[in-house]
Amino acid sequence: MIRIIGAAALAATLLSAALTPARAASEDDFKTAYAAADAAEKQAGALRNQWTTTEAALAAARKAAEAGNFDQAAAQAKEAEALARASIFQATSEKEAWKALEIK
Amino acid sequence: MSARALFSSVLTALGLAALVSAMPPAQAADTPDPAADAKAFRDYFVKKFPKVKLDDFVNGPYSMNEDMRRQWEEKEQFPPYEFALEAGKEMFATPFKNGRSYADCFANGGIGIRQNYPMFDAKEGKVVTLELALNRCREANGEKPYSYVKDEMASLTAYMAFTSRGKPFDIKIPDDPRALEAYQEGKRYFYTRRGQLNFSCATCHVQSPGERIRAETLAPALGILNAMPIYRSEWSGMGTISRRFTTCNSQIRGVPLEPQSDEYRNLEYYLSYVSNGLPISGPGARP
Repeated sequence: MIRIIGAAALAATLLSAALTPARAASEDDFKTAYAAADAAEKQAGALRNQWTTTEAALAAARKAAEAGNFDQAAAQAKEAEALARASIFQATSEKEAWKALEIK
Repeated sequence: MSARALFSSVLTALGLAALVSAMPPAQAADTPDPAADAKAFRDYFVKKFPKVKLDDFVNGPYSMNEDMRRQWEEKEQFPPYEFALEAGKEMFATPFKNGRSYADCFANGGIGIRQNYPMFDAKEGKVVTLELALNRCREANGEKPYSYVKDEMASLTAYMAFTSRGKPFDIKIPDDPRALEAYQEGKRYFYTRRGQLNFSCATCHVQSPGERIRAETLAPALGILNAMPIYRSEWSGMGTISRRFTTCNSQIRGVPLEPQSDEYRNLEYYLSYVSNGLPISGPGARP
């Protein structure tokens, strides 16, 4: 009986989560996401390996925020952070990997 | 162990030590060897393109594609860099406001010296390119520096390259660990993948010369700077080595570094050194 009640409670929770619309991003959400992206891009800059696409995503995030579209602004900022982190990974792995391309 | 056996072991150890010390020191795998690099670099391209004459590599894509070559040869009757060349000649001869001129800043009055740049400046401890030397000359004489990427700088370097046409690149790496480090850093930059497309300079200009990337035929890295500066149809104008480096970075979706940053100066040092012996052919024209 307890198992049945537990299963029903879980099903109700999942149904409720599925039916509840996703919360719109707030200005604070954007600011948090942007700060993380900006910090990662600064790290890529210190490694002398920024990507134009990261810069474009950061600019798009700022533009969307200025227009009050914080959903899009937060999404663009998260995209920028992912790109910046990829560029950091690239710069870090290339510290040794470049040697594989060298003509010898 | 008996005393005799111990004595024998010591003698053997001493013998081995003497043998090892008499052998030439093995070069560590990571120790730069520019001369060996340059030979391997040249051999790679000669082997990859056995029909291309060594000096012809300086003609970039025209050495790889017969149709393009014929069009280029016709264009050379009235080359698109001619206006820049004339302008550069006039600018070079025009004195600064203080009465001095570019000729006062360079060996041999600046004529026929392109093949010696970039050079390592022991005082500064860094590589000095011709573009950098020209702007330093201007600033030392109270003039404002030019943009590194086009216009006046392209015209000036076009004229200086023209006075060196046919002279082989003669880049020196002095016996100075900083010079060797600059060379090695240039090499590292050349082979390092960057940008969202994950390309290195070598991806296009070592692995794929002669191949097309969209509408362009890729030039071989050997001799790639000998024709600089160039008129590019794509740019609808002249561009310097700085312009070439920064646009290459942009094309692979990397944020370009500032022109004449240490990285670009070292890259130019490396690329020029491995093309030593190949003739200066600048100014050039490219699609």
